[in-house]
Amino acid sequence: MNDTTAVASSKTSVRNTPDTTSRELKRNDAAMMPPVDVIEDAAGITLRADLPGVGKDKLNLRVEADTLTIEGEVSIPTPEGMEASYAEVGLPRYRRVFTLSKELDTAKVAAEFRNGVLSLRIPKAEHAQPRRIEIKVS
Amino acid sequence: MYRSLFSRDVFSELDRLQREIQESFDVSPSIRGLGRGGFPALNIGGTPQAVQIYAFAPGLDPAKLEVELDRGVLTIAGERPSELPASDDKAAVHINERFAGRFRRVVSLSDDLDPNGVTADYREGVLHIGIKRRESAQPRRISIQ
Repeated sequence: MNDTTAVASSKTSVRNTPDTTSRELKRNDAAMMPPVDVIEDAAGITLRADLPGVGKDKLNLRVEADTLTIEGEVSIPTPEGMEASYAEVGLPRYRRVFTLSKELDTAKVAAEFRNGVLSLRIPKAEHAQPRRIEIKVS
Repeated sequence: MYRSLFSRDVFSELDRLQREIQESFDVSPSIRGLGRGGFPALNIGGTPQAVQIYAFAPGLDPAKLEVELDRGVLTIAGERPSELPASDDKAAVHINERFAGRFRRVVSLSDDLDPNGVTADYREGVLHIGIKRRESAQPRRISIQ
């Protein structure tokens, strides 16, 4: 009786381990939320995000199903032995997640990254582009 | 403290609350106010030889940035043009968080700095200013005879 419960509990703990570690990891790598502008026009959505201090190779953009994740790591070369005396940017990471809507064509996302500003253009799918609806008058 | 009974602007009330909370943490705020939340965000660090200032100012033309050091007071000023569409365009602005407009940030630094030893560069949206300390202020090893 005791043995089985021990086995069962150890099993559940084994199954739970990766889950909890990933959750802890998420809590540990706290990130700043970059300010963004989101503008929608007839053909699509433009998103601009301020990510100062992020190198081009440290920027990570992901589209999974209907979520867009923007992640960037701040990497600023500092002289050796520097002691921070004042910091308004206190975390080395940016992260922001958006839920996209289904009329957006995630396969055609275009991204540009210049001077710490990310510009994303997400076009609307062909069938979702606006069409003028004829009104018939009988 | 008198406060209008008619103040029902939720956002300004939240701003005030945030200020009061910050003030209770910062024991003595500087005469130039609480810098936090301003544009550009600043990080400051130092070594025995120099002071390093990092201003997080993305999307600027470095040629139009004004950086001035006067009697130990550093001023960073410039303008970030708005990239939002004009209101008559057929576009909807859903989120508008990025800073636009003129900015000026003033920081008072220690007085052992050498105004001739200033370097500034702009990379990946970060303005880095390095200011050397005066020779006389640098730590020296004193040899014992």
